Amino acid sequence: MTAIYEPAPAILPLTLENMGYSAGGVPLLSGVTLRIPAGRRLIVMGANGAGKSLFLRLCHGLIDPTAGRRLWATGAARAEAQAMVFQRPVLLRRTAAANLEYPLALKGIPPHPRRESVERAMARFGLSALADRPARLLSGGEQQRLALARAWVMRPQILFLDEPTSALDPSATRMIEEMVMQFSDDGITLVMSTHNLGQARRLAQDVAFLHRGQLLEHQTAETFFAGPQTPEARAFLAGDLVW
Amino acid sequence: MANPHRFILAGLSGLALWAALPANAQEFITLASTTSTENSGLFGHILPLFEQETGIAVRVISLGTGQALETARRGDADVVLVHARAQEEAFVAQGYGVQRIDVMYNDFVIIGPVSDPAGLRMAANAPAAMAAIAVAEAVFVSRGDDSGTHEAEKTLWANAGIVPEGRWYLSTGSGMGATLNTAAQLPAHALTDRATWLSFANRGDLDILLEGDPLLFNPYGIILVNPELHPHVKARQGQAFIDWITSQAGQAAIASFTIGGAQLFFPIAQ
Amino acid sequence: MDGALGIALGLIASGDPALMQIIMLSLRVTLAAVAIACAIGLPLGAALALSRFPGRGAVIVVFNALMGLPPGVAGLLVYLLLSRSGPLGGLALLFTPTAMILAQTVLILPIVVSLTRSVVEDLWAEYREQLLSLGAGRWRAVPTLLWDGRVSLLTGVLAGFGRASAEVGAVLIVGGNIAGHTRTMTTAITLETSRGNLGLAVALGIILLALTLMLNAAAWGAGQWARERLG
Repeated sequence: MTAIYEPAPAILPLTLENMGYSAGGVPLLSGVTLRIPAGRRLIVMGANGAGKSLFLRLCHGLIDPTAGRRLWATGAARAEAQAMVFQRPVLLRRTAAANLEYPLALKGIPPHPRRESVERAMARFGLSALADRPARLLSGGEQQRLALARAWVMRPQILFLDEPTSALDPSATRMIEEMVMQFSDDGITLVMSTHNLGQARRLAQDVAFLHRGQLLEHQTAETFFAGPQTPEARAFLAGDLVW
Repeated sequence: MANPHRFILAGLSGLALWAALPANAQEFITLASTTSTENSGLFGHILPLFEQETGIAVRVISLGTGQALETARRGDADVVLVHARAQEEAFVAQGYGVQRIDVMYNDFVIIGPVSDPAGLRMAANAPAAMAAIAVAEAVFVSRGDDSGTHEAEKTLWANAGIVPEGRWYLSTGSGMGATLNTAAQLPAHALTDRATWLSFANRGDLDILLEGDPLLFNPYGIILVNPELHPHVKARQGQAFIDWITSQAGQAAIASFTIGGAQLFFPIAQ
Repeated sequence: MDGALGIALGLIASGDPALMQIIMLSLRVTLAAVAIACAIGLPLGAALALSRFPGRGAVIVVFNALMGLPPGVAGLLVYLLLSRSGPLGGLALLFTPTAMILAQTVLILPIVVSLTRSVVEDLWAEYREQLLSLGAGRWRAVPTLLWDGRVSLLTGVLAGFGRASAEVGAVLIVGGNIAGHTRTMTTAITLETSRGNLGLAVALGIILLALTLMLNAAAWGAGQWARERLG
């Protein structure tokens, strides 16, 4: 089963050196220096507009920083073996199973092992019964589960999640959280943004707190929730900081 | 289902290939001729006889005389069969054609409303009839397309000493059939060849008001496009067609074409 | 009109081989032109949607404007190109079905390119980050976007088919309306009109309309099926 995947070189830790991004002369994110080690669950917190989504996109490589550096352990600015789940995943207009096949086909994996991987992933995420259904016609929770399955089938070393449950009801949110934990159990490094405090407490091992495009705190979860060091983080945890 | 767009691409390529396949490999010549000969059904009557005899198919492009000669001038036809003697002779004189040979004639007729508002039935000859139309300012529809019929019409106006202009004179700039459809609608006068008129179905209230003037004589000539100018011209097959249509068999075929018992074209080859 | 409908039904019932040949040629010319225009226009339109180069705006405007190219002008251009005295005269393609396909392709291509560009551009805005994240680069995304835009694209292809099947000016000029060789439904209608056989002309029009209707129904059905089956 592993023969079809090239054993990818370890891409972690990810090192960000004074990373920043500005658009049209307006700095949206600046001076972020951070090291993301392998195997941890990092929760990125902050109010709306703090720069969480931008931070994830810069890390994932969808956007290149306009200042500073983003370095993977391989020395490259970009890396394979990563995946991202968006707040509203874009599912292709084809069946659920075909959506999982798509990234594997891009990697050039031949049809037979491709289909085996897809079947395993569908089973693992409880989607087997939906395999032949049009992906666009699934419910919101099912779509997000499918997006997670699509990320899993890519065998990432690191998975970015951008507020994956913000559009879902509580029961679907619970299910997604459980699945996110399974990624972690498989040794996959997680970087996930959320503005849901309960969710952050349930999932975080480490916390990065962003405020107005600045990284104000980077702590273990215990330390952060026990006593944040900046007044902004304290206000945020107290529910006073709305933006 | 894995790669549906590949199937679609394959389907598209298949269709494109089908389109590019040659239609048939039969020997043929291209004949540029006039709407009168094609629309009357003459070619439908005589060409199968020629094809049966020689195995050569004749592909007819029916155009106005001016356009037919232009098509031949560009080398896009092998043979021309038209009815505008002056233009034909110029075509040969300029070296585009080998030789002009008489084939047949039909005649023009002046048609108009059955009620004959301008009194054409009383006219002594064709120019007098044209003059009567102009004097009465009765509506006249002209081809206006430099076709053989249009040339003949201009000659008649010149003979009548009239420059046709005014609200009563309409130039359609289109073929004989379209012009007749317009005349039937208005109703109006028009000059047409007898063959097209006899085979024309949508006559409305129109009738022949004047016929029989020698000035309305309408000779057709056939010309082989000069193969020295256009080396691809199928000179042998084209000449075979010219030989046949001017032979006894061809001339008899032309004479035997009738509509409602009336003969439309009269052989005149020597 | 009653008379024309009767003539139309009679024509179909008779199975007249000349009529069947005209119908087959019309379908062959139009479908081939649509196929070629799609084979060129879909990737070209998608490439135009995804690429950025100086003068891109001008190219887009030109393709949009060419959608209004009069068929007669397209026919004349192809005629001058294929004429024995023209640059491609040696191919001896004038007055053949191939010439008619070429002329109609010229007519349809701008429709396919413009519509594809617009559909793919909108889709790319929605899909860009997801596809890049899944490992599809800009150019690898082209077939994916075309496939996901298929229902919208089908509308454009049908518009192109409609323009081609209804068109008479271009095929008349480059085909010559030769009986049994390049006579299509539309040129036959023109011919019968000029012979004053208005009933027959309308009857042929009814048959053409029925064919167009059937093809559109089939395409619509396929679109619905794809929507239900694949979202």
